[in-house]
Amino acid sequence: MLEQKHLLGLDGYPAKDIETIIDTAFSFREVLDRPIKKVPSLQGKTIVNLFFENSTRTRISFELAQKRLSADTVNFSASTSSLKKGESFKDTAQNIEAMKIDAVVMRHPDPGAPLHLTKHVDAVVINAGDGKHEHPTQAILDMMSLKEVFGKIEGLNVALVGDISHSRVALSNIHGLKALGANVTVCGPPTLIPPHIGSLGVTVSHDLDEVIEWADALNILRIQMERMGVGLFPSVREYRDVFGVNTERLDRHKKELIIMHPGPMNRGIEIDSAVADSKQAIILDQVLNGVASRMAILYLLLGGKAEE
Amino acid sequence: MKIRKLPKTTFLKGGTVLDPLKETSAKKDVLIVNGKIKSVGKGKAPASSEVVDCTGKVITHGFCDVHVHFREPGREDKETLQTGSRAALAGGFTRVCVMPNTDPPLDSPESIRFIAEKAEDCPVHIHPIGAVTKGQKGSEITEMSAMVREGAVAFSDDGIPIANAAVMRRALEYASMLGKPIINHAEDLDLRDDGVMHEGEMSLKLGLDGNPALAESLMVLRDLDLAKLASASVHIPHVSTRESVQHIAVAKKGGTPVSAEVSPHHLYFNDSALNSYNTNFKVAPPLREEADRKALVKGIVSGTIDCIATDHAPHTIEEKEATFANAPFGMIGLESCFGAVHTVLMKEKQMTLANILKLMTVNPRNIMGFETDLFKTGTEAELTVLDPKESWTFDEDSIYSRSKNSPYIGEIFTGKVDSVITKGNITDL
Repeated sequence: MLEQKHLLGLDGYPAKDIETIIDTAFSFREVLDRPIKKVPSLQGKTIVNLFFENSTRTRISFELAQKRLSADTVNFSASTSSLKKGESFKDTAQNIEAMKIDAVVMRHPDPGAPLHLTKHVDAVVINAGDGKHEHPTQAILDMMSLKEVFGKIEGLNVALVGDISHSRVALSNIHGLKALGANVTVCGPPTLIPPHIGSLGVTVSHDLDEVIEWADALNILRIQMERMGVGLFPSVREYRDVFGVNTERLDRHKKELIIMHPGPMNRGIEIDSAVADSKQAIILDQVLNGVASRMAILYLLLGGKAEE
Repeated sequence: MKIRKLPKTTFLKGGTVLDPLKETSAKKDVLIVNGKIKSVGKGKAPASSEVVDCTGKVITHGFCDVHVHFREPGREDKETLQTGSRAALAGGFTRVCVMPNTDPPLDSPESIRFIAEKAEDCPVHIHPIGAVTKGQKGSEITEMSAMVREGAVAFSDDGIPIANAAVMRRALEYASMLGKPIINHAEDLDLRDDGVMHEGEMSLKLGLDGNPALAESLMVLRDLDLAKLASASVHIPHVSTRESVQHIAVAKKGGTPVSAEVSPHHLYFNDSALNSYNTNFKVAPPLREEADRKALVKGIVSGTIDCIATDHAPHTIEEKEATFANAPFGMIGLESCFGAVHTVLMKEKQMTLANILKLMTVNPRNIMGFETDLFKTGTEAELTVLDPKESWTFDEDSIYSRSKNSPYIGEIFTGKVDSVITKGNITDL
């Protein structure tokens, strides 16, 4: 049903397949609103969640999606694995393969690790985040959430605000949004915006007010405190002043604007509580759509039988 | 590969003798007696001689590489002086200079002697390059005079840049007394940071940390100015950026005693090769953009860059099977060198076979002060016979190194080494 066997990233991913995933996700979203939220679509399929890096929400979201589809799941995290005992990536991969797994959902700190894994296993590989490279399922759930509000993606003005340099969410969102015809602006301090970002067809801005004036939606990215230590931004106070999204700033513009955040949020830094909890924020819809999107992705990639 | 003793009298018959020093090329025969050049000209094979048919082949100087890593002592699982020698022969090389970043590093007269003694039993000439600073730590300079006495031909902390400009200045000054060049791996480590590939559109798309071109060119510029200040020879290894080429051109014009090398892979590939995260393309300095690659080719055509050096850097399969971020930097390059360089440079209108061969024979020998008149009567026969027209596919069987980390596997080259004569042996490939 989808052109590619794996979901490794949205760079070069067919636009029609992104649309298929989103459309399918909306029908799974309906399932999630029922009293019995489980369908037998992936009964008998085994999926391993291979997390070489800490994650709470992405892992839970995937696990829930798998359970809702009646798949069998195994969780594996770096802290409990033999990787701690010096086992190589290749051996870990071959062991998984030997256990006859149908799909691997992998998060890894190294860019390209999921592609690397496809060379050692026959199973379907889904990238749940590889370093600062891509996080395609997050971008798909973000786009689904935009479509839920606006009914379309094409022509939308979407701004990504914050640390673009170290964000796999930003990169996947840029590829996906551009493929579906949205306009994208990235906004943050120059130290947190990669120098060649313009080559991806996005606009760069360092003026949050200008961006708010332009945008239909702001996707606010988490700022990581360790970036401050190496001088990429001077202080939390200054970051909040220049790039923090708060009520006063939004009120000045008097315009309708959707607020998104992939989580986990630093309340009071990149986003104020009042904004995060406001009506214009769709942050919790993103969480629910995350489960639906991941159900759609697993279902489409594992060729589950159509829902009765 | 078959290495055998050169017969007492050997006659290379029917080939074209291309002398890259005299810049002559003519159909001539070469007579070798007792391992030495007896005569080059037209004539009959002496009655007792073994005749080697070189019809359609080019006979030229044995190749010389001023930058290889043979990993001995310390990482003999990757390469040894013996296995590296075979890789060299397979590439047509008769003479190589080994870098001192071994374990322990070659930072004392004793360690230089260790290499020099072991090299005697190897089928190619191997010259050690000594470390500039003790333990390659970048602070105290080594006993260079004693190391030269034991056979060191140059000094380098290769792999580790000499970050402190004052140390670099003193090293240049001190080595100038010995007439030996300093070779500095030019890379500003702060600017490089965690970079594992060239910083550009590709690194952005791949999500890999970028190493900006400036990290190299800034230190090249510093080293050129320091060499000028010290009136000392500096050799710039593995030039990879267009800015570095410009800086070297300006320095040469101004009379700074500088020489420069480029690695075959920087001429042959660009950073788009990293698309599939193949760790065999992970190298330091990194493969740069197409504009840089083109500037390097131009630098060769114009003479700004003096020679080709492979930076042959063997690594085990286990290490290279890691993710891109975790794999070590380096690729092997001796066996593929001539095929790759000849293939890519023959496309340049100004380049002839003689020009290309100069980059691998006369020019590197000049940098290191080795004998360059290799067709002179009485000289030890150090020759490479090659077929510039032969088209061939580089595959795993082409590799003689103990390590297999070559990104060229599957590439089709024009120009192939046929046999190599050096150290009293003839090697048929």
